[in-house]
Amino acid sequence: MRALLRTAALLLFVSVGAYGQVASPAESAATVIRVAAPRDSVLEARTSAVASQLRCPVCQGLSIQDSPSELAQSMRAVVRDQLASGKSPDEVNAYFVSKYGEWILLAPRPRGFNLIAYLLPVLVVLSGGIGIFVAVRRWTRGTTEIPAE
Amino acid sequence: MNWRRSAIAAAFAVPLIGLFVFGLRHDPKDIPSPLPGTVAPTFALEVFAPGQPPLGRPVGDTIRLADLKGQVVVLNFWASWCLSCRDEHATLSAIALTYAGKQVHFVGSLYQDRTDAGTEWIAQMGGQSYPSVQDPKARTAIDYGLYGVPETFIVNRDGRIARKITGPVEANVVTHIVDSLLAVPASTATGGVK
Amino acid sequence: MNGLVGHGALLVSLPFLALGILLMPAAVRRGKQDWVAVAYGSVYANFLLVSAAVIAMIVALVTHDFSVSYVAQVGSRATPLFYTVISLWGALEGSILFWAWVLALYSILVVSTNRDRPGTLVPYAAMVLLLVSLFFAILLVGPANPFHVVFPVPPDGPGPNPLLQNHILMGVHPPLLYLGYVGMSVPFAFAVGALLSGEAESNDWIRLTRNWTVLTWGLLSAAIIAGMWWSYEVLGWGGYWAWDPVENASFLPWLTATAFLHSAMVQERRSMLRLWNINLVVGTFVLTILGTFLTRSGIISSVHAFTTGTIGYYFLGFIALVLVSTLVLVAGTSDKLRTTGHLDSAASRETVFLLNNLFLTGFMLTVLVGTLFPLVAEAVRGVKVSVGTPFFNRMSLPMIVALLFLMGVGPALPWKSASRAELRARLLPPISGAVVLLVVALVIGVHNFYGVLAFTFVGYSATANLREFWIGTRARRLAHGEAWPTAFVRLVLGNRRRHGGYIAHLGIFLVALGITASSSLRTESEATLTPGQTITVSGHTLRLKQVWGREEQQRSVVGATMEELDGSGRVTGTMEPHMNFYPLSQQPVPTPDVHSGPLGDLYLNLMAVKPDGSNATIKAIYEPLVPWIWFGGGVIVFGAVIGAWPGRRRVVAVASAPLVARPAKDNAA
Repeated sequence: MRALLRTAALLLFVSVGAYGQVASPAESAATVIRVAAPRDSVLEARTSAVASQLRCPVCQGLSIQDSPSELAQSMRAVVRDQLASGKSPDEVNAYFVSKYGEWILLAPRPRGFNLIAYLLPVLVVLSGGIGIFVAVRRWTRGTTEIPAE
Repeated sequence: MNWRRSAIAAAFAVPLIGLFVFGLRHDPKDIPSPLPGTVAPTFALEVFAPGQPPLGRPVGDTIRLADLKGQVVVLNFWASWCLSCRDEHATLSAIALTYAGKQVHFVGSLYQDRTDAGTEWIAQMGGQSYPSVQDPKARTAIDYGLYGVPETFIVNRDGRIARKITGPVEANVVTHIVDSLLAVPASTATGGVK
Repeated sequence: MNGLVGHGALLVSLPFLALGILLMPAAVRRGKQDWVAVAYGSVYANFLLVSAAVIAMIVALVTHDFSVSYVAQVGSRATPLFYTVISLWGALEGSILFWAWVLALYSILVVSTNRDRPGTLVPYAAMVLLLVSLFFAILLVGPANPFHVVFPVPPDGPGPNPLLQNHILMGVHPPLLYLGYVGMSVPFAFAVGALLSGEAESNDWIRLTRNWTVLTWGLLSAAIIAGMWWSYEVLGWGGYWAWDPVENASFLPWLTATAFLHSAMVQERRSMLRLWNINLVVGTFVLTILGTFLTRSGIISSVHAFTTGTIGYYFLGFIALVLVSTLVLVAGTSDKLRTTGHLDSAASRETVFLLNNLFLTGFMLTVLVGTLFPLVAEAVRGVKVSVGTPFFNRMSLPMIVALLFLMGVGPALPWKSASRAELRARLLPPISGAVVLLVVALVIGVHNFYGVLAFTFVGYSATANLREFWIGTRARRLAHGEAWPTAFVRLVLGNRRRHGGYIAHLGIFLVALGITASSSLRTESEATLTPGQTITVSGHTLRLKQVWGREEQQRSVVGATMEELDGSGRVTGTMEPHMNFYPLSQQPVPTPDVHSGPLGDLYLNLMAVKPDGSNATIKAIYEPLVPWIWFGGGVIVFGAVIGAWPGRRRVVAVASAPLVARPAKDNAA
């Protein structure tokens, strides 16, 4: 019984740790594109990573990495050129935000009010988990410990 | 039946419903641009459609925003495949002519299109009074945060974007803005009219 | 004529519905069984009338009767018959009509199979169904009227949205979605009926709707997978899920329905979680209406967004009504529903189901918050923000892998309790499966954290589920001396619900592997080719043979013929990605060509074509294991069908409240 409760608690903590994982944009399960064409694959990978975070203005929720539209391709070229000229991903994002507004970022910047979107589900799952822990405790009170055999 | 608890529970629905009422009254597609009030992004683009005298510029000339400082600039993004652009074409050409000789410059910028298609479209529409430039790779369009066409930017004498108009322009709106910007001399202008 | 019949039928349905709704509580209170029968009659009448309206609409569509507004909106003489018929659900008003019809159909099925049950549960459940039908009927004669008269009658129409004419899955996904979506109204009706009739403490309402819920859940699962498949084959970006609000709208009720499927079992066995289950079922129904509201009202921008207009306010009003009344009802009667039972042990399937519910509900809240957050941020900060794939993936992946793991623990653990030795014997063996898939993942190149975790947990859980089949079959063989196949089949049929569930689990594992592999290992390449040139992706070489154009009945098509070459340069196949140009649309609809193999898809999209046909820009994507997603979807549905298959009728003592609620007030008939 204890073992399972421990496992459950472990699972919960792992989940929280997983949320807090500061993953680089490429790692946070954005589609990892490995391009077969003979271009500079490092630059391509970096472009894809940044492009996956930017919204295509003329599509429905697609990133400029995924969108086949012309504007998205032009924006990707801008991303590539800026990265090639030495700008950091943050600077590229800042450029697009200065032109299109915060809306152009596919995930809201985790600061200020936006944190609610990130924290609320975690808090709910955590408190739910604690609630289950407490409830299971209460509901198993009075029963004997499980035999070791 | 525990009415007190019912009332408390029902209260939870109120903010949600309020949120949806708010949503119904706002258009999700209306994305405000951060550009008005900021310095207009610079550009140097090549003319492909010369326009007509007295506003014309020769094909192959370069129009630079920097050269136009001190004047009011009306920058209109359009394309031959854009249906709404047809609605505003005549209006823009006519307004441009009324400001000939004054310190107002109208520039058209072709967006995601081929110049031959653009030239043909202009011919079909009966000519364009001001020159149009080409914007390869849409760099300038992206610099202006373009979502689509038509979009029109009005730049004041200090080089700041005074207004962005999405969709076909209306004559009285444009003339009102341009007139108010013309009235302000360049050195004392303090930012844009939103 | 069609318009008249359709509109008239819907108008006539209104008094019938009102009659049933008003009559039922009166009938119940006075104990008049014949009044109840009359109220049931209005359910049947409604079905007949809505069917008449649907038939009128189909006739109008097929005969190109442009005097009917909906036909004038989506019909066209050039559209092939198949797409004409399925344009019934292609736009707002038609889809509401279809919804109303499915609801009416379900209502008569519910009434006809349950009307003989004594008690007030079924009458109240029928009343709730009538109330929902009334809402849709009001929509259909009001803001969503598809039968407006158009005069003068136009000679032709614009045809359905080009995106909706591109693929036959358009005939599959929406009906499945409605069958699943609307099906969630039934457990809702029974849950509310149970509260109204005072029977919420018994498990009857769950028992009566059990098979129904499993089947509906299966249909909804199929609908979501079909939607993903349609999006993949049609939209040209090689993906199948974009966390678009409309996709989320279909996913949210699926999550709570899945949670309910599990916690319902806890209630049936231990009489616990009764309040929670009622909330889950009500929540599922509210989410279906909410989803429809979000996508129909234009409140959130989405691929599926129909027109904005007054219909949004109607939906909002209905949501407000449902929310407030169910909150009032549930909160007011919840005292009686407090859990009184107890658990034998925390190391039991019951606990796993609680955790399952926790993560599924957490997942649902994550998606809900993400979908609504742009609206909230605008209301509070006045700034428009986007919430898209990066957010949803990051926030939900931890819960998804946790659920994948739990799906292996649950089947392994027994109900009630397990000794330490039992735990060891049941929970350790699947680790071998975990190790195998972990190695497989690393070998094939999945190196990101969640991808590896997903593979590992699927390995664990799939082994655990398969082991259950093996242990059970082996036990039957020993006990009855049956041959392996016979023992297996008898095992499954002997407990359909459990084994159907395991099969569905296996389907989910296939889907999970497909999604993980295709996101982590996808490779693409893009090139502009002249005829004779080749493009290569992931070991596959394709050569452009020619660029062509042709005219079809309702569109012009421009395409490129690509030849697949094997190692020695021989042609092994052809693929033809193309673009469809519809007369009234500015942009062409790209139609990719997909070559599916058991281990992955070769996906070609035509990005651009030079006007003189001298070159074509092709994007080639290799998507590993994507076919496993569609196949897994089929397995899920198969599992649901087995799970829902009615077994031998068990005679159960029915906890029934007599129809006469207050004998003292009973007036003579």
